[in-house]
Amino acid sequence: MKYLNEYRDSNLVLGMIDEITRTIRQKWVIMEICGGQTHSIMKYGLDQLLPESIELVHGPGCPVCVTSLEMIDKALAIASQPEVIFTSYGDMLRVPGSQGDLFSVRASGNDVRVVYSSLDAIKIAQDNPDKKIVFFAIGFETTAPANAMSVLQAQKLGLNNFSLLVSQVRVPPAMHAILGSPNNRIQGFLAAGHVCTVMGYWEYVPIAQKYKIPIVVTGFEPVDILQGLLFAIRELEENKIDVENAYSRVVNYEGNQAAQKIIERVFEECDQKWRGIGNIPKSGWRLKTEFNGYNAEEQFQVSEITPIESQLCISGEILQGLIKPVDCPAFANQCTPEHPLGATMVSSEGACAAYYRYGRNL
Amino acid sequence: MCLAVPGKIIEIYETNSLLMGKVDFGGVVRETCLAYVPDAKVGDYTIIHVGFALNLIDEKEAMETLALLEEISNQDLTE
Repeated sequence: MKYLNEYRDSNLVLGMIDEITRTIRQKWVIMEICGGQTHSIMKYGLDQLLPESIELVHGPGCPVCVTSLEMIDKALAIASQPEVIFTSYGDMLRVPGSQGDLFSVRASGNDVRVVYSSLDAIKIAQDNPDKKIVFFAIGFETTAPANAMSVLQAQKLGLNNFSLLVSQVRVPPAMHAILGSPNNRIQGFLAAGHVCTVMGYWEYVPIAQKYKIPIVVTGFEPVDILQGLLFAIRELEENKIDVENAYSRVVNYEGNQAAQKIIERVFEECDQKWRGIGNIPKSGWRLKTEFNGYNAEEQFQVSEITPIESQLCISGEILQGLIKPVDCPAFANQCTPEHPLGATMVSSEGACAAYYRYGRNL
Repeated sequence: MCLAVPGKIIEIYETNSLLMGKVDFGGVVRETCLAYVPDAKVGDYTIIHVGFALNLIDEKEAMETLALLEEISNQDLTE
């Protein structure tokens, strides 16, 4: 497949590793913000090929992992109502709430469906006028254009049985939270390529300047990740602070203007609670009040929820890059992908699931 | 979740006044919303996420980057 195979070429990968080894002189701690990149690093064994002086720290860029427990519990409560068809991206169904998950709600006889796109949920709403269709609109800036468009489409089609349960999160405020923490160890960032495809990378310039840290927009294939690392290490070794683009076949500085326009039309900025991390100011998007008719939180009265988080799970520290999954006492014994204690073991992009799947516990 | 895959646009049309298309992912063809890549033409490559094209792939940038990376990775052979 064009635009995939050439970025997985083993000779190119080894050549890039050699160049990184030639370039690096000191120890550096670099965070890949996106869980998709964590997955690629583990899948292709890049962590084991790179010089030991690079420590890769896995960031909180896994939307399934950071969706708050309150929001999962809300989803479970709404999905349990008999008139509802609850639709969601597949990864969310196994995320543990305080009691059970969406799969267990489905097993109890409720209608919970996996959809590939928010527009599939629109079609379900058209086909089931006597039901209330709720779409679980989670994700970073990558899903926001799709989720926002579904609201405008529902409006255009005159659907009054469609609503979104919104839990949108944003990357730049999370980077501020990580870099501003007194425990911060991160010296360089690989920014998430597909988030930047939508948003561009102008938002990262003030972050790089404020915290004096190189930020490199990076893609997802092994060659892309090594290019991002090489650019970051060159900057660190030369004591430069810059935002660079190592994913220029897809990303430009301004981002996708058409997508940003629709996001701005439908959503507004809000504070957001991140699972395991806590509240991050201005790190989320919610529906504007003019779209209350499409807001599941307005349409369904869910009684007050008191979430109960597993005492054993330390995913919050893992999501902030403070510890590695293998350092968790529950990893690979009480907590496995079949019986996850926390979301970082559920999602294929969660750091714990990536370590488990690719045998980093062996 | 943020995984997005490249595909080739093989058909463009409108459904409910929304720009849609068929995209070929190495043999698997799926319907995709093209509203965010209004300049797309049949034959263009695009990057798809949750059923939406997020952007077109810039072939010139792709070729230039690959040439640069190949040069970097062959450095020890040529020196």
